[in-house]
Amino acid sequence: MKVSYFPGCTLKNKAKDLDLYSYKSASALGVTLEEIENWQCCGGVFTSADDEVATKLSSVRALKYAFERNEPLVTVCSACHNVIKQTNYAMQTNKTFADKVNRYMAEDSYNGEAEVYHYLEMLRDLVGFDTLKEKVVNSLKGKKIAAYYGCLLLRPNKVMRMDDPENPTIMEDFIRALGADAVVYAKRNECCGGYISVESPDSARRNSNAVVKNAKAAGAEMIITACPLCKYNLEKNGADIPVVYFTELLAEALGVKEDTNA
Amino acid sequence: MQRVGVFVCWCGSNIAGTVDVQAVAEALKSEPGVVFSTDYQYMCSQAGQDMIKTAVKEHNLTGIVVCSCSPRMHEATFRKTAAAAGLNPYMVEIANIREQCSWVHKDMATGTEKAIILGKAAVAKVNLNAPLTPGESPVTKRALVIGGGIAGIQTALDIADAGFEVDIVEKNPTIGGKMAQLDKTFPTLDCAACILTPKMVDVAQNEKIRIFSYSEVTDVKGFVGNFDVTIKKNARYVKEEICTGCGACLEKCPMKKIPNEFNLGMDNRTAIYIPFAQAVPKVATIDPTACTMLKKGKCGICSKVCTAGAIDYTQKDEYIEEKYGAIVVATGFNPISMDKFDEFAYSQSKDVITSLEFERLTNAAGPSAGKLLRPSDGKHPHTIVFVQCVGSRCEACAEKGKEYCSKICCMYTAKHAMLTRDKYPDTEVYVFYIDVRTPGKNFDEFYRRAVEEFGVKYIKGMVGKVTPEGDKLKVQASDLIANKQLHIDADLVVLAAAIEPDKSARPLATMLTASMDTNDFFTEAHPKLRPVESPTAGVFLSGACQGPKDIPETVSQAGAAASKVIGLLAKDKLTGNPCVASSDELMCNGCSSCANVCPYGAITYAEKEFRMPDRTTKVRRVAEVNPAVCQGCGACTVACPSGAMDLKGFANLQIMAEVDAICK
Repeated sequence: MKVSYFPGCTLKNKAKDLDLYSYKSASALGVTLEEIENWQCCGGVFTSADDEVATKLSSVRALKYAFERNEPLVTVCSACHNVIKQTNYAMQTNKTFADKVNRYMAEDSYNGEAEVYHYLEMLRDLVGFDTLKEKVVNSLKGKKIAAYYGCLLLRPNKVMRMDDPENPTIMEDFIRALGADAVVYAKRNECCGGYISVESPDSARRNSNAVVKNAKAAGAEMIITACPLCKYNLEKNGADIPVVYFTELLAEALGVKEDTNA
Repeated sequence: MQRVGVFVCWCGSNIAGTVDVQAVAEALKSEPGVVFSTDYQYMCSQAGQDMIKTAVKEHNLTGIVVCSCSPRMHEATFRKTAAAAGLNPYMVEIANIREQCSWVHKDMATGTEKAIILGKAAVAKVNLNAPLTPGESPVTKRALVIGGGIAGIQTALDIADAGFEVDIVEKNPTIGGKMAQLDKTFPTLDCAACILTPKMVDVAQNEKIRIFSYSEVTDVKGFVGNFDVTIKKNARYVKEEICTGCGACLEKCPMKKIPNEFNLGMDNRTAIYIPFAQAVPKVATIDPTACTMLKKGKCGICSKVCTAGAIDYTQKDEYIEEKYGAIVVATGFNPISMDKFDEFAYSQSKDVITSLEFERLTNAAGPSAGKLLRPSDGKHPHTIVFVQCVGSRCEACAEKGKEYCSKICCMYTAKHAMLTRDKYPDTEVYVFYIDVRTPGKNFDEFYRRAVEEFGVKYIKGMVGKVTPEGDKLKVQASDLIANKQLHIDADLVVLAAAIEPDKSARPLATMLTASMDTNDFFTEAHPKLRPVESPTAGVFLSGACQGPKDIPETVSQAGAAASKVIGLLAKDKLTGNPCVASSDELMCNGCSSCANVCPYGAITYAEKEFRMPDRTTKVRRVAEVNPAVCQGCGACTVACPSGAMDLKGFANLQIMAEVDAICK
């Protein structure tokens, strides 16, 4: 299976692991991630201003690229996923916005036809957690792992259509597929503080600490996330258990982690 | 050729206001077969009916067309009129020129034109009508009630009271259902056991009632008045007729750590058990999944201590075949699973419980002997948060919960909150709600009392998240009226889980060919006018299997269902509807298309011998319709590829004649 892949700029800098393990794991699962040519930053945030077009153009270009190749668009960073899915939804449902955007586009117009998958959705819906289970080489049996969704991955639900935002299970199912124990804790879908860490580091610290404390109280030995900002906030605010990208865990279970340093 | 009389009704101004009734009567005069045509102000009145009777005699009419309201309204009336005049009642056709014409048109010219066309179609049809005679079938004077909760108990008692035999089939070892698990009942706060257990005893002692406990219905054949039912009595490994219910075996059974279903797993029972002290029948049952004797052939202690000699490890499931005239479904409800609602931390903390668990916690026979203690540490809770509508009215998340209102939760939550404040005044009680829905006799007064006299804090808004932290439950919620976020440190959180029909209802509905809605509640024959009957003749509905209901409503419906059953069983013979399907066996090729679409199971197949043109004989498989089961829906006539299936009174030829008349 071949998919169009949008890594996003953080994955080429701070979050290189997220990117690297995504590639390694995908190829172990028989999926070719084809990096979109000349992709640009998604903008980081989906602005709710209706007349804001410029920051959304890069997402539309990526979407159009995937659509023209008749491939699903896969992305792994929570923020990119959020922005791209929201942009695609706006292209489908907001005609004024789509018209405006299409005037910047060369050739054919685009109206939200591409299908966007988060990497986790790809594992669940395209690869299948059962298939994933079969491909596990190093079972993580006995490890107590807590999934941290953060706020962006699942919301807004009517656009993301990924999982129940109040009681998600996709990452727990992922953890179980790798053979580990999924630790369910209440704050798994609470915000880490996000960009507020710039403006008010104390607020971010409060939020991040509450998440880690809650996960540990539920017995977690490790936290996994899909979001570079979540990882940054939890670690910066003194998480005393490892916070790793879910793709790193995946690569480890699939037995492709070791050769990454080479 | 028929001699047809046409009678055009004005319905006061209902029809005459938009349709020129005289013009209609005049136009239909020249239709084939019509020998008489007239109009009158109220055709359904005594004078109108007399006019029809006189015309039948004077003009020797053989068919009647009444242009009036919907046949649903007065077809029966005019059929009776025809019968009184000596005609076969099925020689009457109604042209609906009210609901389908005068009421939907504004313009007189259009209305009149359409009324004439509808009249012509009816004339064309009546010309092809043939007299029909309904068949008769006998009635087995015994009823089956499926489910032994309060609904089934009440229905059975009422039927037995009228002198008919009733069997109750209950899948649990005891009757009593959900009501037996409740502590107090709203709005009067009398204890559930005090009003239920005497009824259970009545059932046990009534000579007209048999109880098949620990049993299930596995097959239903036949039709109204004549059902053949197979009942599977599960092996309980205890001889029911010998066991005295002394309980000696329970004390000695070494397997003591089996989660007790009756207390919702909050305490344990033994492998041989009696669900609760007032169980009916009060006999022990061995749980085959827990008993070491049954699993490994080791132990046998219960058999040794049983002085009555009631234990029988070799007992097998038993199948009983019985005949019934009527079947009442009373399969009840269950609270939904909280698996998909972990935002309330049900799986994360023992101190997040459902309302039914709360009932058991406050019940004197419950796991804490009626003391309200936290399941985690046995401490007395000082702050309790009740969350309503957990899974109910769940529009945005239909895959997660239910779209409907579970109806009973507002009242039982008010009851829980009030009783808590009454017994433990040092406890703070919050109730989060979307709307408080407490209509019903003395219901709203009850809720007001919880707020005004007992100081329960009702907050409009939903709880977003419950986070267990230390020995507290951090409740994050919104107060929609104050437009504030609330953070409450609670000791106990009680979830009012939505209710859903019991899982046994769906396969049962298939067996009974009774229809269900998308939520698996049984559908009633008419939502307003026939609320306790299923559309399948002879099948009646009692209690929450038809929709969420509280106890008073369940008991009313149970009584109503019983009265319908009594009405049916009181008859010696049933008159059928003669407008049923019949198959022309010469044209039938036995393809099963008709049987596949028949919603009532009225079609069976028979091997029949046919004489072929070359004087040989050949055995062919052909469809046969049971006229007592057929409801005349006509689905089979459409499905039949060879045109062998036809519906009496609505024959293909008649329908085509109507279409021709309309298109002329």
